Formats: sequence, C-alpha cells, structure tokens
Amino acid sequence: MATRAESKKKDREDLPERDDARAWLRQMMLIRRFEERAGQMYAKAKVGGFLHLAIGEEATIVGAVRALRDEDYLISTYRSHGHALARGTSPDNVMAELFGKVDGTSGGRGGSMHIFDVGRRFMGGYGIVGGNLPLAAGMALSSDYQGTDDVTLCVFGDGASNQGTFGETLNLAALWKLPVVFMVTNNQFGMGTSLERHSAVTDLHRRGEGFGVPGMTCDGMDVVDTHPVIGEAVARARDERQPILVEAITYRFRGHSMADPEEYRTKEQVEEWRKKDPIEAFAQRLEEAGHLEEGEQDKLDEEVVAQIDEAVQFADESDFPPPESLYDDIYVLGGQVKGWYSVDERSAGVHKGEDEREMAGELGARSQLHAETARELDKKDTKADDGEDSDTAENTDRGDLPKESADSDGANQSPGG
Amino acid sequence: MPVMRYREALNAALREEMQRDEDVFIMGEDIGVFNGAFKVTNGLLKEFGEKRVRDTPISENTIVGMGVGAAMTGLRPVVELMTINFSLLAMDQIVNHAATIHYMFGGQVRVPLVVRMPQGAGHQLGPTHSHSWEALYLHVPGLLVAVPSTPEDAKGLLKAAIRDDNPVIFIEHEYLYGQRGDVPEDEDFVADFGQAAIRREGDDVTIIGISRMAVTAQKAAEQLAQEHEVEAEVIDPRTLRPLDLDTIVKSVEKTNRAIIVEEGWPHGGVGANLAALIQEQAFDYLDAPVARVTGADLPMPYSKPLEQIAFPHEPQVVEAVLATFRDV
Repeated sequence: MATRAESKKKDREDLPERDDARAWLRQMMLIRRFEERAGQMYAKAKVGGFLHLAIGEEATIVGAVRALRDEDYLISTYRSHGHALARGTSPDNVMAELFGKVDGTSGGRGGSMHIFDVGRRFMGGYGIVGGNLPLAAGMALSSDYQGTDDVTLCVFGDGASNQGTFGETLNLAALWKLPVVFMVTNNQFGMGTSLERHSAVTDLHRRGEGFGVPGMTCDGMDVVDTHPVIGEAVARARDERQPILVEAITYRFRGHSMADPEEYRTKEQVEEWRKKDPIEAFAQRLEEAGHLEEGEQDKLDEEVVAQIDEAVQFADESDFPPPESLYDDIYVLGGQVKGWYSVDERSAGVHKGEDEREMAGELGARSQLHAETARELDKKDTKADDGEDSDTAENTDRGDLPKESADSDGANQSPGG
Repeated sequence: MPVMRYREALNAALREEMQRDEDVFIMGEDIGVFNGAFKVTNGLLKEFGEKRVRDTPISENTIVGMGVGAAMTGLRPVVELMTINFSLLAMDQIVNHAATIHYMFGGQVRVPLVVRMPQGAGHQLGPTHSHSWEALYLHVPGLLVAVPSTPEDAKGLLKAAIRDDNPVIFIEHEYLYGQRGDVPEDEDFVADFGQAAIRREGDDVTIIGISRMAVTAQKAAEQLAQEHEVEAEVIDPRTLRPLDLDTIVKSVEKTNRAIIVEEGWPHGGVGANLAALIQEQAFDYLDAPVARVTGADLPMPYSKPLEQIAFPHEPQVVEAVLATFRDV
C-alpha cells in the first residue's frame, strides 16, 4: 500500500506546460470571480435558498477535475459551481440555475446545491451530506459492468466522512473492486464544527484503511500538488480496479454558506489561510517560471470578469420557468404507465390540481415581482456590491430571510411552504 | 395457464427480464449463494453468475444508492431488501435521491430502479420485521408503488417495473409468497401500472383491499354474500402510484358505499388517502361515510394471539361493511 502520499510533496512539484498552466490559472480565477459574483447576486436577492461558495478551494477543484478524462464521471456536493465550471459547463447556465431560470443547468429545479450537466458527465451536486457516495459507487459499478475503463471521481467534505454511507460505500467499493476515487475536500469544518471537534481520527486519508481503501493526501491549496495526486489516484483506480481515498487539505475563505456569522473560527485563522491563497500562489510561481508576464494576470482577470458579466446578463435575461411546467419531469411518462393521479393528467375537473396550477401562477407572478424589486435595488447600487462585506445575511438586503442554523441546513424554502 | 406460487412468479419475472435485457441485474443481501431470504431469487446466481446476481453486505442505504447511481448511468438494477422495515435505512437514497433526481436535474437523467421488499404480519417476527408501509412510499412523488396480491400480478407487475424508466417501490407480502395462482407463461405478458383489478363484482358496497388485504377482502365478500345477502364489489388497485381512481370512483357511484382494507397503520394510511379522494370525487354518491379497516395503531407485537388481532381478518371487514348499512 505504498502511496504517493508517502513521497515528499516537492517530488511532484513540476509545473505543467505553459499553456496548461495558464489554463489552470484562468479556470481558478473564473471560479473565484464566479463565486464572488454569486455572493453579490445572493445579497441582491437574485439567488435564493442557500449559497455555498468554494472560495479558497479552487485548487482542489481545478487540480482534480483536470486529472479526469471527458468520459470519467464526476460527482460532487452542494458546493459544486466550481466543479461544473471546471468540467466545462458555461457560467451562463450555472448562473441561470442560481437565478432559478429556465436556462439553468437543471432548468431552475435544483438551484445552487443541485447543479448537473449530463453531457459533461458532471453527475450532480447533492444537498444531502454523504448522499453522493453510494451514487458514485453505483456509477463505477456501471463502468465496470459495461466493460469501460471510465473512473468516477466522488468529491465530498470532511463532514461527510462521518456519515454511515462513507463506511458502507468504501467497504463495498473495495469489496467489488470498483474504479472510484473518493476525494475528501477537508476544508477543516463540517459546517461550523471543526475537524478535531467532529472526527476522532483527523487524518482523514487514513480512514479508508480499515475498509481496504488506500489513502493519499495532497495540499489542496496547491493545484500543482493536487493535480498529480488525483491523477495518480485516478490512474490506479482505472488500471488496478480499486478505490482510492484522497484527502485534499484546504480551507474555505468564506462561511459555510452566505448566512454564516462564522462564530466558530477566528479572523486570525482565516487570515493565516488566506496567505496561502491558491490563485495568488500559483500565479506567482507562473511569473517566476516565465509562464506569465507581469500584468498578464490583470488581463486574465479582466477576461474572466467580462465572462461573469455576460453570465449575469444571460441569467437576468433568461425567463423563469413557466408555472405550467411545475409538474414536468416528476416521472418519465409514456408506454405502459398510465392512470396518473396527483401528478397532472387527472388534474382537470374535480381534482385540486387546477387550484395548484393557479397558485403556481400567482407564485410565478410573485417571483416576477421579487425579481423586479431586486432590479430596483440593483439600480440603487448598494454597498452589497463590495462582495467581501456581504458574507452574512445581516448586512445585505436579505436580512429578512431565515438564518441558516444547524437544524435548518438543507431545509427547503418552498414557496408558500 | 400454469399454476405457480407467488414467489415462483416473481422468480420467473426476474429470470425472463434478465434473459431479455443484459442491463438488468439484481443485488441484495443473501440473494445469491443463500438463494434469497424468501427464496425469490432461487437459482438465479447459478443461471446468471456473480456479475448479475450480486450478494451485498448489510448496507441498505448504500445498496439502494448504488442502484440509483447505476440506474443513472445506463443499467436497470433490481435491489432486494429483506423486509420493508429495513428499507427505512435506505429512506435517504429512496426519497432524497431516487425519487428526486429526475425532477431535480430537470429531466437530464432517468432512474430506472426497482426496489423489491416484502411486508406484512403473521409470522411472529415482532416489531421490527412485520409492518406494512406502502403508505410511506405512496407519499412520495417521483416513486411508483406496486402492491401485487396474486401470483399473476407479481409476475406482470414486476416485469413492468423492471421495464419502466421510473424508480419503482415493489412491495411484496410475506404471507403471499406461498400462495398459488394461474400465471401466464407468455414472456411478453406485462401488467399495466395504474390499472386496478375488479376481483369480484357486486352492487351493494365497494371494498378496496391493499396488498394481502385484497385477498382478505375477497374472502369477506364471499361471507357477506353467503351470510348477509350483501353483494360486495372488491377492487385491488394493484398499484398505488399511479392510482386507478377511475375504477374506484365508478364502483362507488354504483354501490354508494366504500370500505378500504389495509394492513398498515390508520393515521396517514392508504385508507385515509383513498377516503379523502373518494369523498372529493364521489361525495354526492355516498350513502354512508367511507369506512376503513386497518392494522392496529401500534408496533407489531410478537405473541401470536396479540399479533393476530393487530391486523385485519375477514370478520372485521364483514363487520365494517355491515356497519355502513346500520349507520345510515
């Protein structure tokens, strides 16, 4: 079970080729700017529900996703905008999903926590902590069953490593020799509970040993370290037909979600980690290596900001899903399945379904009003635009919304509910 | 038509569908080497091998979740859970994932998964192996729910479930496994979801029996005819989602009385739901309040005399039917 993790980090610190290196940097910057803007859009009430930003974790995302082939499956969590972007999903569609619009990746059905792009084999963000591990093993089982050499990369957080599905899935994946890489993005906190307060064994990469799953670690603040480690894990899963657990040690600079007053950590700790900013550190190394000219990062930044501007405009101009689409895609209809009740087809006449439709219409109108109000606020150009200051609900226009707490995390804010 | 036991009919459905479609595979606890806790999967490991008949560890949530993941990526898994009580361990994967994924991701992927499991009391298995929970799954949009009560339906509905592109909760009954009945041999025989069966015709009262209670309802109906000159129409909905409400409403419009018989708990049960639907849709036709005969509102006791009075038998059904005539 000799793993790369045992070798010294400096052994694998070769920079990628110039073009690759610049592409990695640009992608990390795109994710950073996307997340910042998403935060601002949340503050302006254009984004509803919960919003979990991955600022600080860009190296774990780009390093990992870039280690995959196009046919490999990627499955993530509720903090997955970056994974979709790194996979090649347009920021337009991800932003539109956040806005709840028809052009969103899931047509506005999933929201921030449930991004999905089947065409790019990005098999979803999931709102249930640890819920995606069994799915990942099932996808790897499909690859195995179908005789392909596709690998599934399953990303989850340190908090998820305490769910029952973690042990169950690692055992089954090892038992059945499934080509799956479990990547625990250890950002030091399961929501507001720090690693040492939620986990008896804090070296999370060791937690697969008892299940026969070898562990590796990487510096999740360093894309040059993350990429080869995930690359090796993916190659081993592909060639040796066995699961690997990789722990990427990282830190999220923002709160768990936008409604997080961050009382569980000190400003000093955040500042210490911010000194290791994965984008700044990588850019500096590219400059030193001559891959990036002086001032070029600013130019790249202008490019990605323009791309995000376009994404916001796209999302703004996209329509809300029409009320009559409310019942679409609950079921795959057709063939022998008939006689629906409480679904849609029986709604005409006596069933309350017609009322539901009417109510949906009213809600649709209300959403429209909501959006118009948001646009008004937009014009007033509040200080929420500063982004960094708009982390918590209190200092935003969304102060009236319920605050996220341990027992409301993941709660559905259904309209009228 | 050949006569088969319910478990043999299920076995035939699995075998035929696995022969028909390479993407169909089965997994569950002790379904292979052990041949199934209730012998439903008897002989399938031998015929299809370990790739397609997969014994799993005791990890219900993960087994079902792997079925969801495999279904999302092109396979058609059939997962067996040993009893419906154990399915609660998999509730997250069933409700938050299987039922939700097609809708949540805007229809981008399908989840053609079948989760099979038996329910029901009568074998003195006590409070963690004996319940009847079709109501729990009926509650969830995104799932289909089948409750076959005959060997013919066991085969026809399971084949339909495997071919369907939606996640199906397929609820068998422990008591029914040994029951015999005619089963079509035709490999293309598939039962319709959303098509109730009228088990017995009658003009005086409509009895709707769920799962094994469809059998109990028929026995009660015979007793009513012989001893009380009451001709009951017995309806077995066969699937609860989709529900063939038309057949039920039409019957109630004819008989003006409705009784729902189920083994599950009364509060929030199938009967509660059907009673609401019937009064919404056929209120003007009712000559008596819709009545329910349900399992007792308690965890199932072990001791035989207690267990036997904790779920419905023919006398309770007969009494409930007669009461609808007395109360008016």
